[in-house]
Amino acid sequence: MFDFPIQVLLGQVTIGLVNGCFYAILSLGLALIFGLLNIINFAHGALYMLGAFGVYLAMHKLGVNYWWSLVAVPIVVGVFGALVERYLLRRLAGLDHLYSLLLTFGLALVIESIFRDIYGSGGLPYPTPSELRGLIDLGFMRLPLYRIWIVGISLVVCLAIWLLIERTRLGSYLRAGTENARIVQALGINIPLMVTFVYALGAGLAAFAGVLAAPIYQVQPLMGSNILIVTFAVVVIGGLGSTAGAIITGLGLGLIEGLAKVVYPEVSSTIVFIVMMLVLLLRPAGLFGREA
Amino acid sequence: MTAAALGNADAVLAVEHLEAWYGESHVLHGMTFALQRGEVVALLGRNGSGRTTTLRAIMGLMDRCTGAIQIDGKEASNLPPHQIARLGVGYCPEERGIFASLSCEENLLLPPKQSEGGMSVEEIYQLLPNLAERRSTPGTRLSGGEQQMLAIARILRTGAHLLLLDEISEGLAPVVVDRLFDLVVTLRSRGYTILLVEQNKHFAELLADRFLVVEHGQIVMHLTADELESQSDLVDRRLGV
Amino acid sequence: MMTTMRASTAILLGLAIVGIVLPFTGLYVQFLMKCVSLALFAVAFNFFTGNVGLLSIGHAAFFGIGAYLAGYAVKEWNFTPELALGGSALAGAVLGLLMGGMAIRRQGIYFAMITLALAQMVYFFFVQAPFTGAEDGLQRIPRRAVFGMLDLSNDYVMYAFVLVLLVGVVWGLQRLMEAPFGQVLLAIRDNEPRAISLGYDVQSYKLSAFAISAAVAGLAGGIKALTLGFAGLPDAHWTQSGNVILMCLLGGLGTALGPIVGAVLIVTLESRLASLGVVQLGPLAIDLSSKVPTIIGLIFMMCVLLFRRGIVGEIAAAVAAFRAQRLDAKGG
Repeated sequence: MFDFPIQVLLGQVTIGLVNGCFYAILSLGLALIFGLLNIINFAHGALYMLGAFGVYLAMHKLGVNYWWSLVAVPIVVGVFGALVERYLLRRLAGLDHLYSLLLTFGLALVIESIFRDIYGSGGLPYPTPSELRGLIDLGFMRLPLYRIWIVGISLVVCLAIWLLIERTRLGSYLRAGTENARIVQALGINIPLMVTFVYALGAGLAAFAGVLAAPIYQVQPLMGSNILIVTFAVVVIGGLGSTAGAIITGLGLGLIEGLAKVVYPEVSSTIVFIVMMLVLLLRPAGLFGREA
Repeated sequence: MTAAALGNADAVLAVEHLEAWYGESHVLHGMTFALQRGEVVALLGRNGSGRTTTLRAIMGLMDRCTGAIQIDGKEASNLPPHQIARLGVGYCPEERGIFASLSCEENLLLPPKQSEGGMSVEEIYQLLPNLAERRSTPGTRLSGGEQQMLAIARILRTGAHLLLLDEISEGLAPVVVDRLFDLVVTLRSRGYTILLVEQNKHFAELLADRFLVVEHGQIVMHLTADELESQSDLVDRRLGV
Repeated sequence: MMTTMRASTAILLGLAIVGIVLPFTGLYVQFLMKCVSLALFAVAFNFFTGNVGLLSIGHAAFFGIGAYLAGYAVKEWNFTPELALGGSALAGAVLGLLMGGMAIRRQGIYFAMITLALAQMVYFFFVQAPFTGAEDGLQRIPRRAVFGMLDLSNDYVMYAFVLVLLVGVVWGLQRLMEAPFGQVLLAIRDNEPRAISLGYDVQSYKLSAFAISAAVAGLAGGIKALTLGFAGLPDAHWTQSGNVILMCLLGGLGTALGPIVGAVLIVTLESRLASLGVVQLGPLAIDLSSKVPTIIGLIFMMCVLLFRRGIVGEIAAAVAAFRAQRLDAKGG
């Protein structure tokens, strides 16, 4: 039962790793937003979708290429996120967190249905940038260059965010703010501004993942909600306690999914949820979680 | 109506008819008092009398409050907490607020400097050498006394000149309380203006210039140090001692 | 002093009267039957989220399983409607116990995420399972006779049957809330630590409420399948979970009648918008029928921002304020 050609195994593991990178970036953004705002950002999938559509529209309407989009689209979506936080979410700040959650849910519905109305449910293709086309021959297998790029840049971004949180002054504000925002504010730090910044950062990260995704997954309005629900499962598994935890869990689950496709394909679309159920039964706070 | 009209134009802190609510609960029913530069004033009273709430209201941390608060003559009634801190107010909350996920030194360096008058890190470590020893210890592993010292130390770094200290002696061993006492005496001699909330009358007795007894969210007695002694029984009854 | 009727009795009578009168006002009975199933779904959701205070985003799973089970039972196993609907409720309850059992120990947002993720698993199952007919769903579900005797092929008779179910279940849930069980639930919602310190097994109460809510949602799904004649993937999709949240928010979460009001409003809105088709706004021709989800989403956002108490909630608050004023005037 276990003698697969090594290429198949490695091929699926690579795909799994690539998926894992998306899970990692998305759950990192969710964790950041949850830490400081105490809400689960249901709009995260929609922001990811906006990133993908952003790079698509940038090329088709503005003639802007992938590389510029990689920088510009996350910034634009980040600004959008800042506006959402400042003018919508902040109104709900003093209330039960469920209302903020519901607002992001509604926002996701609106964004997704607008795009579904305009573009239908089918996928739009986005070409791999010419510099990243082709395969790298490793001898025992050949890897698409674009996938190596995804893994590489994702790890760089995750590391950069980790450094920001754990090693900078702003990061210490964030970590302290996650514990007790009122005291941090009483010490002179502008928490409301930080909240806006963190939401914008989360949005930008989601959009960044969307830009990366455009050439390999089809650009379509439902891509956000499809990946978001799996990301929630990832977040439940990893727990919302640590930055590193979110990254490791995301990558790990991507790998597990990839392996499942080789070993037991029927279960591969639900393996993440199955792992989630096990974690819920055995270790409810999540693998790296602190008690919420 | 204003601090000026009250003859308190030079007051570092002037509070007038301060009322405050936690949700529906009306906790402060009109606090009026002022602190001059360099004074140490103690708020005495039972648990629940509204002393901590007064400090929180000054800091802008209450759900709702009305009344006038002026800091160095500037209007501070409806400012958000971080802007009040910027006016030079340092707050040491009852729960100390030391962050578990930060090290001792990260905690110390956390609040941004509001003005140049603050102590440098070296000065603080000289004043409080055991904080220097424990500088890389995570916040959770510090003892109660160390956390309290740290909570005071970090606002000293910011250049705050008005210190709001809430129950700093609470729950600490007598030898630690003595060291805290010495610290506050040192701060007083350096000209800090201090508003102290204290359960422990004896701790406050030797530190403060004036005493305000708070009951049901209002000031019911204003006393100097001598008056505190001469009316000791009355005060003890108010405090439920 | 006027003797006050129990709220549950008032609701029973009120709903019965309104329900009986409505078909005679010229509204399409198909439309009314759709209202009934969604109103019951909203009532089910509200029973849990409104009274326990935990947001569930997975209720579509129960609606879906109820719809598929009832449809399949009637179509393939020749069940009579009352047995099929009983099965729907039972399936909902079982699924509710399974999902709730895994999620109930977590608080607030975690609970919401877990219900969503588990419901998505159920959705995937429906996508892949052979008996659901995947994209096509179960079509042309026949109308069999209740208890083998009452013929339901006449729409009015069918409507009467489901109306009885709706009114009965709503009344039953309201009585449950008036009973000790419901009072404990409210105590848990308002101050859980206190309820625990009083000795209540809080988790069991919450889980029971979740299972009851799931059972009623399953029943609602079954009613939908049998009245409208089809069951499909959209019944179990997370947007259906979102719909029911909106209905309750719009009508008034935590109130007895709010969910029904909200459901009727949303169903009316959707059918109106769909029938309006293309509309001229100055130079633009806008096809409203495709904009329905967007408009629903915008209403959702507006409710969350500005209208959290919902219609019934606002009315109740206004009445309470009015009463307080009158008392003041009398006393002052």
